[in-house]
Amino acid sequence: MIRPHRSHSLWYAFLLHRLSGIGLALFLPIHFYMLALALTDPAQLDGFLAFTDLLIVKCAEFGLVFLLAVHMFGGLRLMALEFLPWSPRQKTYAATAVALAFFISTSFFLQAM
Amino acid sequence: MSGSEQFLDVSIWREQDGDGHFQQFAVPRRDNQTILDVVAWVQQQRDPTLSYRFACRVGMCGSCAMMVNGAPRWTCRTHVQKVAEDNHLQIAPLRNLPVIKDLAVDMDPFFDKWVAADAVFEPSQTRHDPMAPIDPQDPMRVAASEAIECINCAVCYAACDVVAANPDYLGPAALNRSWSLLNDSRDAGQAERLKAVSGEGGCHNCHAQQSCARYCPNELNPTVSISGLKRATAKSVFSWGK
Repeated sequence: MIRPHRSHSLWYAFLLHRLSGIGLALFLPIHFYMLALALTDPAQLDGFLAFTDLLIVKCAEFGLVFLLAVHMFGGLRLMALEFLPWSPRQKTYAATAVALAFFISTSFFLQAM
Repeated sequence: MSGSEQFLDVSIWREQDGDGHFQQFAVPRRDNQTILDVVAWVQQQRDPTLSYRFACRVGMCGSCAMMVNGAPRWTCRTHVQKVAEDNHLQIAPLRNLPVIKDLAVDMDPFFDKWVAADAVFEPSQTRHDPMAPIDPQDPMRVAASEAIECINCAVCYAACDVVAANPDYLGPAALNRSWSLLNDSRDAGQAERLKAVSGEGGCHNCHAQQSCARYCPNELNPTVSISGLKRATAKSVFSWGK
């Protein structure tokens, strides 16, 4: 449960940035392992690539692209917060990061279908 | 007591010698009632052993902050109607500080960190020098003025999850004070101050959750000050100590 003092939008932006970072940290080793199969075991890689045609895998890819995009835009928001002159529009920037991530991941999903 | 009188269901944290629990009280509900009014009613009408801290009752002294329904509030200026949930109030001592008794916390760790953050004015002149001219429109003075109205209530300190996770973190209030002094052209201790705020428990621990700004009763934004300190310390690194 989210404790009461944390229930505000910029804390949720922090949480989303952390969770997306953890999600990507878990995904990337698997991603690199699968890419390495191109050199070590191409037949197994082809089998896996056929698996990615399944709808459920495409949905999971939508999630991955969302995590990647929201972590990137969230990271840019934090770098702007720390290195540019302060702007009072912090909530707008956090909402924009999420909106852009949804736009990119949904575009990817529609194209993949 | 009239039949139509409404009562608040109030849970108040009672603690002595490290043993704590919530105690229930039914408190008459009044128009324009503050949380401090509720606590004072319990202490005056039900249990004189209830300990809490307050002084001015008008939002100036910063003594009466407590956790109200899980969020830090200055209780003398927080109306019951603003924070009560289904006529229920849970009142607890400030988070992130050791409890002395009931609702009174030990503020020493909070103020020790002001000293650790070098948040103390270092004069560059003596009383025999002429008064230093300060332009109110100067950008540094504007930045200092935006941070200067802190009443030391520790609401931001209680709201901060980084303080909860890292007891060495200096916290929003001490860093906010350091930022206001960093922008004081009369201060002579800036190099030492930058070292103090960029150490192990310094400004770079902040995760910009901005709960400090969300709950500051004086509507200050310590995250602005902390990000200013981050920029200043980064700049000092790239200027190679000049």
